[in-house]
Amino acid sequence: MRHLILAAVAAALCATSAVAQDLGPTLTKIRTANTFTIGHREASVPFSSLNQQQRAEGFSIDLCLRVYEAAKEQLSMPNLAVRFVPVTPQTRFALIANGTIDMECGSTTNTIARQGQAAFTATTFITGTKIMVRANSGIRSVDDLGGKTLVVLPGTTNEQALKAYIEQKRMQVRILNVRDHAEALLAMETDRADAYGSDDVLLYGSRRRARNPAQYVVVGDFLTFDPYALAVPRNDSTFMTLANRTLARMFRDGSFKAAYDKWFGPLDMPLNPLLEAAIQLQSIPE
Amino acid sequence: MNYNWNWGILFREPFLGFLISGVQTTLVLALTAWVLAFTLGSVLGVMRTLPNRGVSAVAAVYVEVFRGIPLLVWFFLWFFVVPELLPQTWGRWLKRDLPDPEFWTAVAALGLYTACRVAEQVRAGIQAIPRGQTMAAEASGMNRVQVYRYILLPLGYRRIVPVLTSEFMTIFKNSSLALTIGVMELTAQARQVESFTFQGFEAFTAATVLYVVITLTVTVIMRQVEQRTRIPGLLSAKGT
Repeated sequence: MRHLILAAVAAALCATSAVAQDLGPTLTKIRTANTFTIGHREASVPFSSLNQQQRAEGFSIDLCLRVYEAAKEQLSMPNLAVRFVPVTPQTRFALIANGTIDMECGSTTNTIARQGQAAFTATTFITGTKIMVRANSGIRSVDDLGGKTLVVLPGTTNEQALKAYIEQKRMQVRILNVRDHAEALLAMETDRADAYGSDDVLLYGSRRRARNPAQYVVVGDFLTFDPYALAVPRNDSTFMTLANRTLARMFRDGSFKAAYDKWFGPLDMPLNPLLEAAIQLQSIPE
Repeated sequence: MNYNWNWGILFREPFLGFLISGVQTTLVLALTAWVLAFTLGSVLGVMRTLPNRGVSAVAAVYVEVFRGIPLLVWFFLWFFVVPELLPQTWGRWLKRDLPDPEFWTAVAALGLYTACRVAEQVRAGIQAIPRGQTMAAEASGMNRVQVYRYILLPLGYRRIVPVLTSEFMTIFKNSSLALTIGVMELTAQARQVESFTFQGFEAFTAATVLYVVITLTVTVIMRQVEQRTRIPGLLSAKGT
């Protein structure tokens, strides 16, 4: 009897591990839960934010939804549900590590340090640090910030780069820390700060939300190189392949550019030559 | 869980420096706000016990307004809304010329809010003293100032030391909300360590331990205060 039970347990274990080998932990989890969980940001316009109906939308969300469609196909589960979980820069990696979300679809820069906690798909966007100032302020680059107040989000790559640059140039700049992009814009609108440092694309997105967008301009050279990617769980090559395959197909068939035009067209933001190159380089053939 | 633990990160520069400066900011912010809260709260608490209806009504309105609005909302109101309501030059001074505007706004928000709680406790302490004591003092020729100075305040404060202890601890914990207006106190620094290293569990564990150390220190100090100021004969048991 005991042998029978042991055999049954062993068989069951073999069965699950065989499945796990085929699908990897993430897809196995998605299949068991019958849900594909996407982590989204609340105010990273136009990548990932909540719209008027409080639904997640944006460029990164569109990319992730294509991966979701691909997962549906691979698992042959036409009724696979999709769930959106809001994340913040502080929670995103913890929520991937503990399995709450299967994919983070926001505006996350791929860095070597971050690869210790999450894996990153192909590059989905390329940007860098710039500053947004009032059009009539006379500030044309970071070098003009002496004696001014600069608002940043603590812990971002932009903050680190701006602080290092300011220190190197020995300028006196007052730094104001805020919690999110909405508060940074509020600090600009209430005249608390003269400049707002962030990734240029996020600055264009924030500018669009201002009461009078024409009042602001994005200036300066790129201070950093920030390649964005979708973050997925570490050590799961099956899921990574699924995501990268989906992206490669989008790069090839022009649907990536279509999504770009849909979300960045209204921002009046020229297509960055680096991103154009990235699209070509990552158009991996079948 | 698919997570890389690395406790060493907490003892490496610049992250150790982040946490130390966070502890310093938390301590300075909470203590400064406490001075404001205790002073203003005492005045308001005494005002509420005065027979003059007008004076006690002013204090009552203050207490109801301040404790009726969440502290998080107060931080936002003081930082983003109040400077816009003031005349432009004052508003500009608050936003630009005041050194360290986030810190001082946080001190005001935290101190003024906690003052309403201290006021209620001071009032409770004074009102818990039997009326006979006041009557006896007045019968022996003391005026109102003397009654408060020699009878009501010494007895009232000594009765409320235990509740003031928890209020004092709460101000350290509430100071973490100051991160919402950009004060880099302990919680904000833990978040900063997290976003630099992605070792969020370690950073917040460190913050948790540091908060416990701070509040335990407060408890130990206040125990001493409590024993020294105990009213003989009021509490029969020795010690606590």
